[in-house]
Amino acid sequence: MENSALCRRGREVASLRRGSQESMALAYRSRVGHTVHVVFCVAVFVFLIAPILVVVPLSFNAEPYFTFTEGMLRFDSDAYSLRWYAHVAGDENWRRALVNSFVIGGCATALATVLGTCAALGLANPAMPGRPVVMGLLISPMVTPVIISGAGMFFFYSSLGLAQTHLGLILAHAALGTPFVVITVTATLSGFDGNLTRAAASLGAGPWRSFRRVQLPLIAPGVISGALFAFATSFDEVVTVLFMGGLEQRTIPREMWAGIREEISPAILAVATMLIAFALALMGTVEWLRRRGGDPA
Amino acid sequence: MADGSQRESETVTEGRAYVEFDGVFKSYDGATLVVRDLELTVREGEFLTLLGPSGSGKTTCLMMLAGFEAPSGGAIRIAGAAVEDVPPRHRDIGMVFQNYALFPHMTVGQNLAFPLEARHMDADAAAERVARALQLVRLEGYEGRRPGQLSGGQQQRVAIARALVFEPNLVLMDEPLGALDRRLREEMQFEIRRIQRSLGVTIVYVTHDQQEAMAMSDRVAVFNDGRIEQVAAPEVLYEEPMRPFVASFIGDNNLLPGRVAAVAGDTCDVQVGEATIRAFPVEPHAVGDEVVLAIRPERVHLAPAAGVYSNELQVEVRDMAFLGDHLRVLTAVHGVDFVVKIPNIVGHGGVLPGETVRLGWTTLDCRALRPADRSPETAAASSTSTHTREAR
Repeated sequence: MENSALCRRGREVASLRRGSQESMALAYRSRVGHTVHVVFCVAVFVFLIAPILVVVPLSFNAEPYFTFTEGMLRFDSDAYSLRWYAHVAGDENWRRALVNSFVIGGCATALATVLGTCAALGLANPAMPGRPVVMGLLISPMVTPVIISGAGMFFFYSSLGLAQTHLGLILAHAALGTPFVVITVTATLSGFDGNLTRAAASLGAGPWRSFRRVQLPLIAPGVISGALFAFATSFDEVVTVLFMGGLEQRTIPREMWAGIREEISPAILAVATMLIAFALALMGTVEWLRRRGGDPA
Repeated sequence: MADGSQRESETVTEGRAYVEFDGVFKSYDGATLVVRDLELTVREGEFLTLLGPSGSGKTTCLMMLAGFEAPSGGAIRIAGAAVEDVPPRHRDIGMVFQNYALFPHMTVGQNLAFPLEARHMDADAAAERVARALQLVRLEGYEGRRPGQLSGGQQQRVAIARALVFEPNLVLMDEPLGALDRRLREEMQFEIRRIQRSLGVTIVYVTHDQQEAMAMSDRVAVFNDGRIEQVAAPEVLYEEPMRPFVASFIGDNNLLPGRVAAVAGDTCDVQVGEATIRAFPVEPHAVGDEVVLAIRPERVHLAPAAGVYSNELQVEVRDMAFLGDHLRVLTAVHGVDFVVKIPNIVGHGGVLPGETVRLGWTTLDCRALRPADRSPETAAASSTSTHTREAR
């Protein structure tokens, strides 16, 4: 009698122990899985961002090197300086590159925004024939390798006498930037209530008034974020500039390219840091617009 | 001269024709007709409702009148002038959309001023008009609000004010009350009617809700499958339906299919199974013609003694529902469900399922209609002309 009771107890204890071992094994496995997951994610971020972030402190290097000096590692204030920023500001080539980048980028953006918005409006009309084909053609500069469109544009623009001119580069960059505008504006238009333009027409508004007063204000977030993407495209583009630009058309990325090849100087890092700050500002603006566009009010 | 005097008499009796649809048809794919052979006249100052189930062509009609859809054939005239080549913005028609279509980025005041700016009205006059329009819809002081800050009913009022602020002679409304709850809908029905009466504006209104149509309209055009089945005042539609579709769509009706056995003067005898029912023919029928009898449930009576009504039938009660003010008794005539509505005067009056009762109704309350699939000579001719147009 007592014996059988003991046996039963023993079996219970054993099964309890087995159960807790199983749950511990599970917990251990999930903890290991979690750790691996975190390590992997951190590694991805390190590989993505570290090469960019490392540029920032190096741009304040007091010495003409691309590596951290001992003084920098000791956080010695003498090891840091703004001399490369001063160099960039005082250099004729960098100044010209900056002006070129903004002139070409600005003009190309204006062109791409107007053309891309018009195209998106047309493509939003269900009565338009051959919509998928036209859409595909407009998007193609985004998927074609830039080296191919760059080479193609070089031969085509040369025969028109547009190679090595500002106009040629503006047109080339506008072609590269337009797909971004088409895509963002098309996305915004998909949420646009067609009855609003009908209402505007029934109230006596012509197409232009209807567009300017009703449609444009409502799709503005899409237009502006498309324009920012188009500007960013032109602003970091180096391949078509290599093909088509002469000395007078050198933009910032082209000047950096030349700098890396010809004279190794942390001035490039100073420019790179300024570009990173600029890119962050653009991204912030796009995000802000996206949130505002998502707001129903 | 003779024509002029006839117009004169029309003005006196029923108002001048303001909108005319003349043989209008519409097809999107060239094969199926969404609207066929539309003949419709809207009189000046009238509240006309296009009523029908979804897909019956009523909204397409409204869109053609507004100019957002082009008719595939036929003519639309507004105030006597053909409008095919007039774009929507030059038609001077106020329009209220189903989802209101208020401009969300503009204030109420800017929404209302929009049509006035498009007409290059100066700011002071426009502000006065806007204030008056808001007063009309009882939204004084809401100029600065945005549509998103208003309730559904208020947005509805703003949409109506915007459609009226430029003083159009014609206003179109496409199911404007569809998004509102029932109480608000009934309130707005009276509100729209009040505004229409006070301004004398012509309104063409689209709805699929027959009660809404009955409550608001001077006349109702009942649409079915791209065609108008009947155009008449609400009470005429209810009392004198001409087609089985109208009889069943407006209110409740018992529809009994039968065959004409005899015709005598203003009445005809219709064979429904073994029973012979004396009915009022709404159009001439010949002996042997198939007809549909339409009998309203509330016009059928429990007959205590034989010989009171011209039609009397012994039927078995299948089911009964007590609905407070009336009883709904389900019976069957020759295998077809037959509903009788009895006012609650004596409780359920001993009517119980399984019992046999005697039903009675008069000849005039029993209308012999032409079935939907049998077309008379005139309809056959017009459908031939439709086919020639389709082929074109």
